[in-house]
Amino acid sequence: MEIKNTQTLGQKLKAYTKSPLSAFLAALVLLSAVITFAVLIFLIVFILIEGVRYITPDLFSFTYTSGNASLMPALINTLTMTAVSLLIAVPLGVFAAIFLVEYAKRGSKLVNLIRIMAETLSGIPSIVYGLFGLLFFATALKWGYSMLSGSFTLVIMILPLIMRTTEEALKAVPDSYREASFGLGAGKLRTVFRIVLPAAIPGILAGVILATGRIVGETAALIYTAGTVAQIPKNLMGSGRTLAVHMYALSSEGLHMNQAYATAVILLLIVLFINWLSGFIAKRIVRG
Amino acid sequence: MNNLKEKGMKIIFLIAACTSVLAVAMICLFLFANGLPAIREIGIFEFLLGERWKPSNSIYGVLPMILGSIYVTAGAIVIGVPIAFFTAVFMARYCPGKIYKPLQSAMNLLAGIPSVVYGFFGLVLIVPAIRSITGRDGRTMLAASLLLGIMILPTVIGVTEAALRSVPESYYEGALALGATHEQSVFFSVVPAAKSGIVAGIVLGIGRAIGETMAVIMVAGNQARMPRGILKGLRTLTSNIVLEMGYAADLHREALIATGVVLFVFILIINLAVSLLNRRTQNGN
Repeated sequence: MEIKNTQTLGQKLKAYTKSPLSAFLAALVLLSAVITFAVLIFLIVFILIEGVRYITPDLFSFTYTSGNASLMPALINTLTMTAVSLLIAVPLGVFAAIFLVEYAKRGSKLVNLIRIMAETLSGIPSIVYGLFGLLFFATALKWGYSMLSGSFTLVIMILPLIMRTTEEALKAVPDSYREASFGLGAGKLRTVFRIVLPAAIPGILAGVILATGRIVGETAALIYTAGTVAQIPKNLMGSGRTLAVHMYALSSEGLHMNQAYATAVILLLIVLFINWLSGFIAKRIVRG
Repeated sequence: MNNLKEKGMKIIFLIAACTSVLAVAMICLFLFANGLPAIREIGIFEFLLGERWKPSNSIYGVLPMILGSIYVTAGAIVIGVPIAFFTAVFMARYCPGKIYKPLQSAMNLLAGIPSVVYGFFGLVLIVPAIRSITGRDGRTMLAASLLLGIMILPTVIGVTEAALRSVPESYYEGALALGATHEQSVFFSVVPAAKSGIVAGIVLGIGRAIGETMAVIMVAGNQARMPRGILKGLRTLTSNIVLEMGYAADLHREALIATGVVLFVFILIINLAVSLLNRRTQNGN
């Protein structure tokens, strides 16, 4: 039950004059909230307005030259990287979550260990993933700076996120669904794939979208795994930079600040779209 | 046949579930195996407490970067945590129902903006602003701390808000019934009850700030020397790795990996602190 504050503004102000500390705290709360949201709005509006005029047609040329500093190859690399990473991470994360929710005994030692490790993974900073990717995928497995090294590094990075969101989605499926399925004679596997998983799809999708956001924005984990070549590689064993890496390279070289602005706009637009999409799906979960 | 399929899939699920354990094990193994020999060769005290980092002279002291990371993070906490705390109180206790949803999605957006975009924002706005005030290079500890202070907002706000919301409503109502104002009830009854959750949020924020790389590189100046003040440039552990990994070889490369090991150990300690705090919260309720 929600408690309605029935005081009028005048009564509130009167109460505040009696308790200056309360007035002070209320002012701090309001001020902080205003600062937080003002900073966000300012950041987005600033970059969009300042950057939008630098978006030119030759930014979307399919080959990068030092003249045009085209972001198109990086954009395509981002899509490839996202697709490959999700293709590996989603089944892995979903299967792991299925084990944790549907098969494992609650509170068993193995489950606790897996939980703790997934938690640890989600706290590791992206540069450490980058170092590991460099040492393991690029050097030990001899994949070099390649899209594949980058993708596998990202797989480990987004795995805990997909596991957690899928777990929550599976747990939200009522037990009566499972019982009904068992009652009709379906086996465990059939129940999981035909009954539980379809009901959990929107929740899983929300996790996948969040993961996409992380992949699109990732830089530190990719510089030394996927490398910084500004072209579209011939295959997954070639090096290629994603949009975020492209943007870092441009702004650290300092030669193409206008193009960096434009890239920031494109990145922001993608993030805004991803956010809108996840909000849209979240709304459907609530309704469904 | 069917039974075989059931069993087989169960094993596949189990293997998938163990991937995260394997991943953590591999990360530890590879980082330590590649980093520790360098620390041994340089000497643990020379490495951790050495005040000079001069790869061209084979001097590898990582203390400037350790302090750099700590100072920048401390600055971010000083700037970010008060704002985050009061904003979380606003979200949990003040926010009118109608604008809650939009603000929530704004918060998600703040968390979803890539760190390069934050860094770029710092580079084109915060750095020039500091330069025009001080008249010197704006790439400073202050710029990095300000930017990180903004970047940790969503993390700290999210956890703090959840902690505040998990306090039973009766705490608030009880205080009100005793004649306390709304503010007194919230700050002296609800907030103390949510203490360990709030601390967990701050510690998570610390983890985020220490681990942040790209945004810091773009605004911190990156001079590999002992930090000399708020208005001077400095270099963090994370930046050290990204800046030099591209051309490093042999011992230099291993020393950079060892820098990663130091960072990793910091993060493991922070993770441990968070999970202990969370356990305390759960036991408390």
